[in-house]
Amino acid sequence: MLINIAKPSDTHESEVTPETVYLSRRRFMGGLASLGAGLAFAGSLKASEQHPDYGDVPPGDAPEWFKAKRDAAEWQAVMPSDPTKDKTAPYADASSYNNFFEFGTGKSDPARKAGSLVTEPWSVVIDGEVNNAGRFALEDIAAPSRFEERIYRLRCVEAWSMVIPWLGISLADVIERAEPTSKAKYVRFETLVDPEQMPGQRSSFALIDWPYVEGLRLDEAMHPLSFLALGMYGRELPNQNGAPLRLVVPWKYGFKSIKSIVRISLVEEQPLNSWQRIAADEYGFYANVNPEVDHPRWSQATERRLPNSLFNTNIIDTRMFNGYADEVASLYSGMDLRVNY
Amino acid sequence: MPMPATIFTLWRTGVFAAALLPLVWWGWQVANNMAGPEPGRYLLLNIGLGALWLLLCTLSLTPLTKLTRWKGFNLIRRQLGLWTLAYAVLHLICYVLFILGLDWARLGSEIVNRPYIIVGMLALLGLTILGVTSNRWAMRKLGKRWKTLHKASYLILALVLLHFLWVVRADMQEWFVYALTGTLLLCLRIPPVSRTLPKLRQRLKQSV
Repeated sequence: MLINIAKPSDTHESEVTPETVYLSRRRFMGGLASLGAGLAFAGSLKASEQHPDYGDVPPGDAPEWFKAKRDAAEWQAVMPSDPTKDKTAPYADASSYNNFFEFGTGKSDPARKAGSLVTEPWSVVIDGEVNNAGRFALEDIAAPSRFEERIYRLRCVEAWSMVIPWLGISLADVIERAEPTSKAKYVRFETLVDPEQMPGQRSSFALIDWPYVEGLRLDEAMHPLSFLALGMYGRELPNQNGAPLRLVVPWKYGFKSIKSIVRISLVEEQPLNSWQRIAADEYGFYANVNPEVDHPRWSQATERRLPNSLFNTNIIDTRMFNGYADEVASLYSGMDLRVNY
Repeated sequence: MPMPATIFTLWRTGVFAAALLPLVWWGWQVANNMAGPEPGRYLLLNIGLGALWLLLCTLSLTPLTKLTRWKGFNLIRRQLGLWTLAYAVLHLICYVLFILGLDWARLGSEIVNRPYIIVGMLALLGLTILGVTSNRWAMRKLGKRWKTLHKASYLILALVLLHFLWVVRADMQEWFVYALTGTLLLCLRIPPVSRTLPKLRQRLKQSV
């Protein structure tokens, strides 16, 4: 039986903001709040002020600071331009079908095995070409930013995709607070290494050289769509989805969105990301979603939008930059995306 | 005590049921939404792995016969071979239906462009030839050449393992276990090794 979860859009169809004005609207709202004008909305809450109903999503066990930030979140700050086409995947699917090789190679391994991961307390080292280097508690990293909900399409390099409502903060905010020096050209991310907690790291046949590493060009990282998620579906991230802190870069293949981050370094040289290290002919540094450049082993022209069924495979055309071309294409003007795949 | 013929009938029926059971089980899981958000891929992967299991079972019959001299293993050889073919065909059907979405043009381009698909199709072609020539008429017609032809199953195993290897992305452990099992079964066919199997039987008998 399919679990029917009310979409956030169901209740507030009339309130949906056009895609082109999301970001400006967000700034506008933030500005109003800081002026103390928030009271003006007390009687008539806007869509973005209301907690969406995620039905029977398990409540989780978030620390108090997380709950406080969640209760003050701006909901549906970014939504798909057509929420009827990009339907949010049921929580049960998004939390039980994904890759997280630290917990095994099967799609259901993370959900079955990630219970052993301890996510509280959690700290992240921010270092490299920054003025404010150090080890910071996750709570302190998140503290200055308001939580936002962003509903993004997630396109896996394996040609399947889901629509997921993330809860978190803008990556640019965190980088700005670290004050990058003029030498900083790239951002390098690292996942936790702890074979005790992560059974996949105990395998002697693993092809990944732990820790899992990902990277972005600094301008990609500073792009308003680049996001650090601490939660999804109105709750904290379940362990299997990369708790307690993961990257979400919606115009790139899912493997760029590194999970359970313990280190963020601003660096001068382009980092060698894990998949590029394993198979550089199959996985590049950029890994932008691109229907015209196939993976050597399968086509990237289409994707299976999940959940699907035997009778409706839900195969749809993959869009350039996963449908975020208007926002991000300018980052790559003049680049040959066949070479820089 | 039942007659030997009855025992063998029961044995063959039991093997038939055991080979059919996984398909029924996976089908039941899909029908009850227990196969995850992508049931087509769930079937594809399970049936593909099932085909490899069946191929390994088929190839273990000769060493087992040599080790035990029990006639029963010979009686299910054709059945298991045909089950392997059936699973392989279902695996391809799943791929065409659920991964390609019945896009025949794409099937054409995938067969030409993707090495692991080419290798998989070659293995299926081999299994089909062996399946078609598995009846008595073909055995009579081919005479001595039948045995040589059906030794192609060793090559098919190698192709299947290569097909599997080229889908591995992050961890080799599972593949390695299958490759090791397959290598062991092939090694048991090297004459000096295979000659030791009946002797091993004698020794086991004496020690009992």
